[in-house]
Amino acid sequence: MMLAAGVEPSWYLILAAAIFSIGAVGLLIRRNPLVMFMCVELMLNAVTLTFVTFSRMLDDVGGQAVVVFVLVVAAAEVVVGLGIIVAILRKRPTATADDVSLLKG
Amino acid sequence: METFVFLVAAAICLVGATGVVVMRNPVHSALSLVATLFGVAVLFVAQEANFLAAVQVIVYAGAIVVLFLFVIMLLGVDRAEDIDVEPLVGQRLMAAIVGVAIFALPVLALASTNWEATGIEANLGRLSVDGYDVEELGEVIFTRYILAFEVTSILLVIAVVGAVMLAKKSRRDAELPIEGLYEPGSVGPDGPRRSTNASHSSGSEGDSEEETAQ
Repeated sequence: MMLAAGVEPSWYLILAAAIFSIGAVGLLIRRNPLVMFMCVELMLNAVTLTFVTFSRMLDDVGGQAVVVFVLVVAAAEVVVGLGIIVAILRKRPTATADDVSLLKG
Repeated sequence: METFVFLVAAAICLVGATGVVVMRNPVHSALSLVATLFGVAVLFVAQEANFLAAVQVIVYAGAIVVLFLFVIMLLGVDRAEDIDVEPLVGQRLMAAIVGVAIFALPVLALASTNWEATGIEANLGRLSVDGYDVEELGEVIFTRYILAFEVTSILLVIAVVGAVMLAKKSRRDAELPIEGLYEPGSVGPDGPRRSTNASHSSGSEGDSEEETAQ
């Protein structure tokens, strides 16, 4: 392991926990479905940062391999999620997440 | 040096993440998201995950955020949102408590292990020593994780099909009867339905134009 003196790997983990909790709070308090989706992306990024940090701490390439799959799943999720959001907002441009609670168009 | 890089990138990440949550305009939120993604990419480089940093910039900042901005511009929802009112009383307080709890839980768990990772060192394979991690990563993905790799390809196909199905117009709209095929007022199978669809879509378009004009 090539750890420079000064930065402990746990700092990265704490930072990732902070980003994850900010994303979770945003997901809870925002009403715009697009912004809620961005908060989900924030949480996914925090998790990938955690994976990379553990991969470095344990000197194991498996953590980085998992991050590749997380990226692929995030891309697929964004495509489908934005398709749903477009389908909803095309009918009602002012819709918030509260307006789509009835599962009918 | 790494301390400096970490502090700057962490500041960018946190400012961007906070910006995503507190910005009123969705476009500003998307740009703050770019800042966070870039900060995470810098942290990847600092941890010698160079390939993942490149993929992070290309896929996230290059594709996903552009997709977000494209949707925002396409739908014309790039107006400021009123986030001063709290729709549910006490919701933000509860959200803050939940956020602090989510932050404290992994940090306390980490503290209980004396700030070290518990696990087996180099279970799948060591990271490369010279900083070129592409070979090790490719070897693991195409041998050990080959099944997961194939499943992700199926997932991408499903996502493409799903996006096309969500984006295309419904079959009733696509197969409109030829004009004049049904007499006006006659009871064609698609006649009344089609007229309601047309009036509804024109009404919603008018609404969106009015709101973008505002």
